[in-house]
Amino acid sequence: MSHISRILPVRAEELRSQFPAHRSCKEFATSHYHRTVHVPDGFIDAPTSAVTGVVAAAAVAVSLRGARRELDERTAPLAGLVAAFIFAVQMLNFPVAAGTSGHLLGGALAAILVGPYTGVLCVSVVLLMQGILFADGGLTALGVNITNMAIVTTVVAYAVFRGLVKVLPRSRRSVTVASFVAALLSVPAAALAFTLMYAVGGTTDVSIGKVAGAMVGVHILIGIGEATITALTVGAVVAVRPDLVYGARDLRQRLQLRVGGELVDAPAAEPAVPVAARSSRKVWAVGLVTSLVLAGFVSFYASANPDGLEKVAADHGIDKKTEDHSTADSPLADYGVKDITDARLSGGLAGVIGVGVTVVAGSAVFWAVRRRRTDDVSPSSTSTTAGSSA
Amino acid sequence: MDAVTASLEVSGLAFAYPDGHQALFGVDFSVARGERVALLGPNGAGKTTLVLHLNGILTGGTGTVKVAGLPVGRQHMAEIRRRVGIVFQDPDDQLFMPTVREDVAFGPAAAGLKGAELEERVDRALQQVGMAEFKDRPPHHLSFGQRRRVAVATVLAMEPEILVLDEPSSNLDPASRRELADILRSLDVTVLMVTHDLPYALELCPRSLILSEGVIAADGKTGEVLADDELMRAHRLELPFGFDPRSVTMGA
Amino acid sequence: MGAGHAHRLYRHGHSPVHGLPPHTKLAATFAFVVVVVSTPREAMWAFGLYAVLLALVAYAARVPAGFLLKRLLIEVPFVAFAVLMPFVAEGERVEVLGMSLSVSGLWGAWNVLAKGTLGVAASVLLASTTELRELLLGLQRLKLPPLLVQIASFMIRYGDVIADEMRRMRIARESRGFEAKGVRHWGVLAKSAGALFIRSYERGERVHLAMVSRGYAGSMPVIDEVTASRAQWSYALALPLSALVVCLLGWML
Repeated sequence: MSHISRILPVRAEELRSQFPAHRSCKEFATSHYHRTVHVPDGFIDAPTSAVTGVVAAAAVAVSLRGARRELDERTAPLAGLVAAFIFAVQMLNFPVAAGTSGHLLGGALAAILVGPYTGVLCVSVVLLMQGILFADGGLTALGVNITNMAIVTTVVAYAVFRGLVKVLPRSRRSVTVASFVAALLSVPAAALAFTLMYAVGGTTDVSIGKVAGAMVGVHILIGIGEATITALTVGAVVAVRPDLVYGARDLRQRLQLRVGGELVDAPAAEPAVPVAARSSRKVWAVGLVTSLVLAGFVSFYASANPDGLEKVAADHGIDKKTEDHSTADSPLADYGVKDITDARLSGGLAGVIGVGVTVVAGSAVFWAVRRRRTDDVSPSSTSTTAGSSA
Repeated sequence: MDAVTASLEVSGLAFAYPDGHQALFGVDFSVARGERVALLGPNGAGKTTLVLHLNGILTGGTGTVKVAGLPVGRQHMAEIRRRVGIVFQDPDDQLFMPTVREDVAFGPAAAGLKGAELEERVDRALQQVGMAEFKDRPPHHLSFGQRRRVAVATVLAMEPEILVLDEPSSNLDPASRRELADILRSLDVTVLMVTHDLPYALELCPRSLILSEGVIAADGKTGEVLADDELMRAHRLELPFGFDPRSVTMGA
Repeated sequence: MGAGHAHRLYRHGHSPVHGLPPHTKLAATFAFVVVVVSTPREAMWAFGLYAVLLALVAYAARVPAGFLLKRLLIEVPFVAFAVLMPFVAEGERVEVLGMSLSVSGLWGAWNVLAKGTLGVAASVLLASTTELRELLLGLQRLKLPPLLVQIASFMIRYGDVIADEMRRMRIARESRGFEAKGVRHWGVLAKSAGALFIRSYERGERVHLAMVSRGYAGSMPVIDEVTASRAQWSYALALPLSALVVCLLGWML
């Protein structure tokens, strides 16, 4: 650590006390860099930041209500401790090769372990506190950061996870596999959400195609890492305390009876609404296939008809080219609004729209099915540590 | 007991966990006001289960628990929880607020106290455990022994009828152990102490109960209980190396 | 207790800024950053003025320049992206030192750097002059849902405790000769993460028990409340209001 002190005007001891876990500058640089990928102020313009702020606030409000419905008076301590867990585990180094290491983002893990509502709350609180306490991520970018990293990842991961668990055979392995895929998709989804925000409100003039390409490319790699860590961690928890895993609620251990000196499987409890269970499985399978077809179709259509998009843009007058900053007649003009009729832009934008529609469609299917289900047994009632308190 | 209402009255308490494991098989005992009683017993005897019944966290078994005449049940839960102050083993679980002051204030504030009255309670409780200067510190700045003491204060602030301590001397260095013993001796409250620390029990508690296999197996003067070799052996209780209860003259 | 990466920014002090009620500081900082982000990037002088304003606040708060700058250095890796921007952006280009750079890219880089850095500086000043529990009380006063603030409070209280448990697990692993060197070791690390989750969740249940034992019935008892006088609000809002003047001038000139 001594050579760092020659570069930065601080004492080596101070650094050592602050970053005790580091053993090399490279480790410090890479792990610390990863910690501050939160979007800073000024990256996304004010109007877009405001809109994402409202979206984030609404989603958090919904999650508060949902979490309280599930956990009741245990919400604050349980969600708080899980948030502390996410906060701590984000600092765990997963070494990749000499010097570089990956880190867990945690949205998918949170969704699978404690459910979507509590998951969104936990990651949002972590991001909020990182922004306010550690100046990690801009205060005006809180809406952007929370929407990307807390909401999109968690919702997408949970939707994919539930969908897969419904169609896969009921076993612990399915839970692990579903966790992997869910986490794998959640990361590029967040990257795409960010690209969308950038397309609408980015303050720089880098072509959206380039941004999308860079973002999605890198994030697929990160997604693989995230997926591996998430699947392994979920597997580890399910092996010891499956009752604590929200996503594994449906896996109940088969009880056995001792009949005439022999162990016999107890008859499985009748599912509450057997017809609905069977048909909901079908709905999920159909939903997944539909989403994929939709994604392919829309992307194909969009990319095959860039002129169509241009025409739409021209019809609606959103193709104004703004070049002269000094004679701008509206604040928005100065934020470098990209010309949407740019060919490269429309191509990239098409891809974004395609996946965006997929995510929305998938989530819509998920919400629709969720509403029709009867109330689930939450993990709190299967806890054996203490009975109810008053 | 006699004319004065007992601080704690447990009769016929039996309880089994949802997974089928029965922990208590009919526990009967009483603790008079101002008494200091030690609850001894091997691991797995049901001591923690019993403690969780005293403030109604565990319910659903048979038998009754009465605290200063008030039965433990849905009806008077808030008052029961004020009267029974449980100090759990891990102080970190009990100090969950950002500062010591807020932790100690939590109990009385939940009972409705505010403003100057609340501050007074907090100050008094902190004085009693000797932690008044640490009022505005965050809990993780305190040593383990200090956190234990603050945990006791959080419960004292509610002015309980009976103080129940779960392994109060565990993980404390000898100096902290002594400090805690001095504090407990100075308090004017009924004390029920679950402990493995037999010298500590002898030092602080004139009376001891042995809970073994879910029932009270012995109830008597601590010195006598500890000196009864057969009884001790029968319930997996052992004296520390070199410790002879018969030779202890001071303390309880 | 081990704090890992959680290097708290708070610096104990008794300056007038330290003494301001937390919700006024939160509101003022947020308003300031909004004004900064809304400023046209061409008005470069405006950003200089903003920096001066922040320097004045730092002076009033008795936060040493070295401390502030050191925190800026650590928190600004997006500088790399900003540096890259003139090379990858579109639009007309200009020759600088033999390299062809995009004009709009240069402007974009300046925009991100200036606004991002000012945002970080403002955040650092806020965090370094406001105690943790004060920040939480301030957020609650600013109408953040109490449940959310409570969750945040627990997160902060137990963040260190859990990070410490994680550290102990690492020490236990290493004491048994395990050193994580590649992807093939992720299984072991994930098992530790899984164990950590279980411990954290169970601790959450125990904390709930402790809360219930002290009379918790679903909502946190009110222990403290923050208030602010008009004078304090004026003092705090001086920063964003002067910034607003600069911003408006930036638009008009």
